[in-house]
Amino acid sequence: MMGSNNRKIRNIGYFLSFAGPSLAAFILVLLAPFVYGVVLTFTNYSPLSESREFVGLRNFAAVFSDAEFIRQFLKTIVYVLYATVLSNVVAFLLAALLTSGIKGENFLRGGFFTPNLIGGIVLGYIWKFIFANVFTQIGQSLQFRPLMTSMLTNPDRAILAMVIVTVWQYAGYLMVIYIAGFVSIPKEIPEAAALDGATGLRKVIKVIIPLMVPSFIICLFISLSRGFMVYDFNLALTNGDPYGSTRLAAMHIYQKAFQANRYATGQAEAIVLFCVVAAVAVTQVVVSKKFEVEA
Amino acid sequence: MIVERNLVGKLAKHIFVYLLLLIFITPFFLIILNSFKTTQQFVTSPFALPASFSLVNYANAFARMSFLSAFANSFIITSISVVLIIVTSAMTAHLLARNSWKVNKVVYAVLVASMIVPFQAVMIPLVSIYGNTLHLMNSKWILIFMYVGFGQAFAMFIFHGFIKGIPLELEETAFIDGCTKMQTFFKVVFPLLSPVVMTVLVLDVLWIWNDYLLPALVLLSPSMRTLPLSTYSFFSSYSVDYAPLMAGLVLTIVPVLVVYVFTQKQIIKGVVQGAIK
Repeated sequence: MMGSNNRKIRNIGYFLSFAGPSLAAFILVLLAPFVYGVVLTFTNYSPLSESREFVGLRNFAAVFSDAEFIRQFLKTIVYVLYATVLSNVVAFLLAALLTSGIKGENFLRGGFFTPNLIGGIVLGYIWKFIFANVFTQIGQSLQFRPLMTSMLTNPDRAILAMVIVTVWQYAGYLMVIYIAGFVSIPKEIPEAAALDGATGLRKVIKVIIPLMVPSFIICLFISLSRGFMVYDFNLALTNGDPYGSTRLAAMHIYQKAFQANRYATGQAEAIVLFCVVAAVAVTQVVVSKKFEVEA
Repeated sequence: MIVERNLVGKLAKHIFVYLLLLIFITPFFLIILNSFKTTQQFVTSPFALPASFSLVNYANAFARMSFLSAFANSFIITSISVVLIIVTSAMTAHLLARNSWKVNKVVYAVLVASMIVPFQAVMIPLVSIYGNTLHLMNSKWILIFMYVGFGQAFAMFIFHGFIKGIPLELEETAFIDGCTKMQTFFKVVFPLLSPVVMTVLVLDVLWIWNDYLLPALVLLSPSMRTLPLSTYSFFSSYSVDYAPLMAGLVLTIVPVLVVYVFTQKQIIKGVVQGAIK
């Protein structure tokens, strides 16, 4: 009895000395605030009133009847879809080009990756200048109407500007993952396919793409989940303008909480965002599990 | 004939890719080019070469951004956070990988599941707890503590996968030789982790160095600003005079580019490893 008790105490000491600091930080910064955040959504908490009454699902009802939130959330989905599809297509093509025996592959890879070294704030300001001054200058000298006014001042085209910047940044990031995928394909497989008479596009569709499915899953997951959370470069590039047409979900939540001081409603919106991101993640896990079984 | 056609195709491919790269990095060149101009020149002809290479904009941006102080703040916060994340999460990963206790399985599952929580889902409670209730905001130590908390799950996950592949015998030998568990970890296991330490280091440095939202919520006084914060405040308070702003952007990008030139291989390898796992 004594022995087993001693061992238990020793094990607790061992556990705490190894995982203690880590778990303390994790619980205090992420786990507890997350749980507290879920509780908040059922109250009417606001830092101004300091009241904290139970209001049931009223915050979620407010979220889903807020036409502005719905519109901006749908806009976020549109942005995410365009950005995901385009950046993955560009990244895949770049990776295919760079692994097809080109001189200076490492240099090129490093070059296309460069936009990922800079943070959203700097990225947004660089492109603000490009859209406002450079593109308009090009438009005027070519008398090309669509470029003569800044895309950022037009509610319909400002979101397109955001997609362009996102593709510019993510393409290089996703490209390095696709390159790793291409490199891991055994050389014999495309060669055997070529001997069997598969050429060009046929070879790509029938042989290469199925082997790249793991890379596709990773890249789609990265670009989808990052897209839903985008904030920094949204703030620097458009700040939600013009007329709130580019105020995406994360910015909406920030403003609802910290500018309108409606913490509980903002948190309910954040939980909705969490559910969407979680659904994307779970889908990814399920799809890749399914693929592992088949492979 | 076939050889010739291949050669032409190959040349065209090379020209295409290098041209594409040029377009890709043109924004950087335009920023640098315009950082030497006056605002007048900048607005009328963004493509022209500057009339004279004046450093006035740089001096201006350097002072207005409190560049040295912002750089030092970013450096201190990033380096301490990343070191703490790596050491604490590697220890936890080792404990979880080497002992199949029930509690470990629960801890591992919770940590892995937490990776899907977007920052926005904890942002409001964080401000409410640490700001409105405990009044602990406006300290770089609190910010570092938060980064350590947010960085745990991913780093632990990467280390855990790697430690599983290290043979147990090495540790058993050290243990028989009289090392404690702590000594065994730091003398035997930790040095073996260096390839994955690089992965975690790269991804966490890129994340923390460039992060804007969390420091914006935590660091309130201007003297504490990190580089992204000071870039933001510089731009939002100075928006008529474009030229110094371009110099400010170049100042923030250059340190990162210099590091990148020397560590490019490790950075890209780190990104790939981090994504595939």
